[in-house]
Amino acid sequence: MSLGFAILTALLAIGLLALIFGSILGFAAVKFKVESDPLVEQIDHILPQTQCGQCGYPGCKPYAQAIADGDEINKCPPGGDATIKKLADLMGVEAKSLDSAHGTEDVKKVAFIREDECIGCTKCIQACPVDAILGAAKQMHTVITDECTGCDLCVDPCPVDCIDMLPVKDSASSWRWDINTIPIKQVG
Amino acid sequence: MPNNYDDIIEKLDNNQLWDFPGGVFPAERKTLSNQTPIGKLPIPERLFVTVKQHIGVEGHLIVEVGQKVLKGQALTKSMNPFAVPIHAPTSGEVAAIQKHVSAHPSGLPEMTVEIISDQQDKWIQLNPLIDYQSQPKIKVLAAICDAGISGMGGAGFPTHIKSSPKKDVDFLIINGIECEPYITSDDRLMREHAWQIRQGIDVLCHLLKPKQVLIGIENNKPEAIEAMQVACRENPNYRICSVPTKYPAGGEKQLIQVLTNREVPAKGLPMDVGIIMHNVGTCFAISDAVFSGKPLISRVVTVTGEAVEKPSNLWALIGSPVAHLLAHSDYNPKLQKQPNVIMGGPMMGFNVINDKVPVIKTTNCILAPTDTEISSNNEQACIRCSACADACPVSLLPQQLFWHSKAKELDKAQDYNLFDCIECGACAYVCPSEIPLVHYYRIAKSEIRVEQEEKQKSDKARERFEKREARLIAEQHARDEKHRLAAEARKQAMESKGNNAKDKIAAALARAKAKKQAVNIEEETSVSKADLANDVIEAAAPNETTEASATQPTTKVASSNQRVQAAIARAKAKKAAAEAATSNVEVEVPSEVEVEVEVEVEKNNDKVSESIKTETQSKNQSVNAKEPAPHAAKPEPLKPESASSESVSEVTATKTATIAASKKARIAAAVAKAKAKREAQKAAETEQTSKEAPLAEVEDPKTDSSQEPVKTQEQQIDMKKRKIAAAVAKAKAKKAAEKADKSS
Ligand code: SF4
Ligand code: SF4
Ligand code: SF4
Ligand code: SF4
Repeated sequence: MSLGFAILTALLAIGLLALIFGSILGFAAVKFKVESDPLVEQIDHILPQTQCGQCGYPGCKPYAQAIADGDEINKCPPGGDATIKKLADLMGVEAKSLDSAHGTEDVKKVAFIREDECIGCTKCIQACPVDAILGAAKQMHTVITDECTGCDLCVDPCPVDCIDMLPVKDSASSWRWDINTIPIKQVG
Repeated sequence: MPNNYDDIIEKLDNNQLWDFPGGVFPAERKTLSNQTPIGKLPIPERLFVTVKQHIGVEGHLIVEVGQKVLKGQALTKSMNPFAVPIHAPTSGEVAAIQKHVSAHPSGLPEMTVEIISDQQDKWIQLNPLIDYQSQPKIKVLAAICDAGISGMGGAGFPTHIKSSPKKDVDFLIINGIECEPYITSDDRLMREHAWQIRQGIDVLCHLLKPKQVLIGIENNKPEAIEAMQVACRENPNYRICSVPTKYPAGGEKQLIQVLTNREVPAKGLPMDVGIIMHNVGTCFAISDAVFSGKPLISRVVTVTGEAVEKPSNLWALIGSPVAHLLAHSDYNPKLQKQPNVIMGGPMMGFNVINDKVPVIKTTNCILAPTDTEISSNNEQACIRCSACADACPVSLLPQQLFWHSKAKELDKAQDYNLFDCIECGACAYVCPSEIPLVHYYRIAKSEIRVEQEEKQKSDKARERFEKREARLIAEQHARDEKHRLAAEARKQAMESKGNNAKDKIAAALARAKAKKQAVNIEEETSVSKADLANDVIEAAAPNETTEASATQPTTKVASSNQRVQAAIARAKAKKAAAEAATSNVEVEVPSEVEVEVEVEVEKNNDKVSESIKTETQSKNQSVNAKEPAPHAAKPEPLKPESASSESVSEVTATKTATIAASKKARIAAAVAKAKAKREAQKAAETEQTSKEAPLAEVEDPKTDSSQEPVKTQEQQIDMKKRKIAAAVAKAKAKKAAEKADKSS
């Protein structure tokens, strides 16, 4: 009798607890719902954010969404093999080489406007995905180098072809040690 | 706390020190260079002073090419607290300011001031601060900063920053340890200039107020220890500590550990544990700066190695090319298989790219070893002997770091605290497989840094991209909303189309809105079109003011009426602008006035008639008085006539007839301008054929009016035209090329 009672109370207590926690969790799930798909976010964080559209989508985020929906992971030329490798790790698929239909990996570049040739048509401003071009109608335009992702999208719209894509120069602070440049060896 | 101040002092009193883990004992080879006094060098013909010689930011140059400079004259200046200036090392002329190979492992060219010496070595006026003790600290710090002093031991941290701590300082440690083999510059400096070093320490004490000064000198330099002891005899607070010789005891964190047993946290500064450390060379420079006002323009450099026949220490001017020092020490390249000169010591130094590399403030040694001195690099596989881990002074696991660095598993390398590695090279020294471990770490570190930078950049790009998207969407929404509102208003107006004037007004309002909308849309969708519209608005501006001033006097009546009329006026101006874009401006003017008067006539039927009356009255008044209406936006005395409530023909007639000549000329000029602009735009968009006719038109009204401004205008237009023509030609060529591309 007393044993049966004890079991009953225990069951009741556990059941009650389960109910309480269940409702708390349920409430939390509704209240603190995460809106965006975390997978898309994760993929987006791996993509290089050049926003060039070479992947066939209007920016990195849409491509991230597409990957999450099952698109191939080898369509982003600016990211190159390093990005593909990371995406493969994340998605748990085999890394493959870059799909050359979308372009090839290139050195990093930034846009440069030859300012005396610019006619101030503002077309490049409209093309820039990250608002890295400054200018106003009929005024000389210029590129904010630090903000430029090197996406190449402003080059084509320019009616006077005054935008160049220049490779980013090495500086002492961005220079990478090269194993071959330092043949200092030990003291014998 | 075992490391509190009193315990440390007690232990020091007993002549006991602590130890750091690991460490190695490479051959010292110091006697090569430390037997002779510091020698003097002749002034080199050309000096190359690198603008950025320290951590932080460089100042901006304040000299020009061709300018004569005196010895000690500042070459850069900056407001940034992390910048220290550089100075002319001797008198002469600035020959060039350009990129020159740098004293950096990469050898990448850096901005450099090249000075041709005049061999007179003439000093600039010096301002010593002998009574520094009575001066405010800030002044002493400024003197140190202005003398261009940055740490002369390692990375070159600006000294004045290190000397203005926010916290109390327990220990000021003077680093007199030269643990790397070969180097003896600090050794010689202490032996020969102990007094001056002590004076520098005095200045630092004045600034830092430390409880105790510890001067750490390795026990393989007994002469230096003695010299310093003599110099510091009078000051009981200065304690000379003879530190056991072990590499890398001179590392900042290692020396702190040896002397105080305190551990500087990873990514922390010595200040975090109440300690400030300065190099003896820096102390010497400080005393030079304070007591004789001399900036840091020279330093002691050890030139050594068996490939130089006269190894010694030399006073080298900052900016002297390495070749100059080597030549003076009889460098014999034949003793090497291939020229091999190292800047810094054999453990932590780097190979210079060529012998034009200049001496900078942190250059302590130039080493030209023979091939037998430095073993060849033949890297073999790691045998997992863990000798490296035993040698590491930071207690890292060099072997794991090596694996992960080599395999480019950068995050794993970071998990093994890659960034705590001080690149001392102890691990590589002991490695039986002769693996150049440090080089792998350096590569991994720089790759991680680059990756982090890229990450930051891409985060910024993402943010900007998303902001832009949001903005575009918001704009689209706003546009849609406007469309909707305009459509609704139009519908309403259509439905309630009655005879009463109110409805008419509503309709007019709706039209006005729609027109405004149209203009706005035009503006938004195509900037060039919007420009065009703007230009024409400019041209139409007189018309607008005509109407505006015409409507203004009605303000005396109901305010609602006033607003309605203003709206109508605006709408018309916009309409005029929009239409002028497609048709002729001059034709537009009368038709506009027509509409205006029509509306007003209609209003006559209603209660608005009153207003019109007053309007006419006021107009007559103003015409008589030749004065602007009191509320007119732009005082144009003759305008009100055009709005008189008579008939259309009269209005136009009076307008054309009575407007003063000068005004006519002005309007004509404006119209001409608009036309020219429009023409230019058209030409840019379509073809050039129709360019001639309007131009001729443009010329006529101009000749009537004042000559001068017209000409400049014409010139401007011409220039613009030419530019645009060129642009068009280019664009066409581009298009053609594209077409050709596509068709082929
Ligand atoms: S191809 Fe361009 S837009 Fe597409 S993911 Fe790569 S960087 Fe982003
Ligand atoms: S597209 Fe070319 S011409 Fe037009 S504003 Fe940009 S840089 Fe200038
Ligand atoms: S180089 Fe780095 S890993 Fe090697 S011993 Fe020195 S601190 Fe340790
Ligand atoms: S000392 Fe060299 S061989 Fe030995 S474990 Fe370290 S890296 Fe490997």
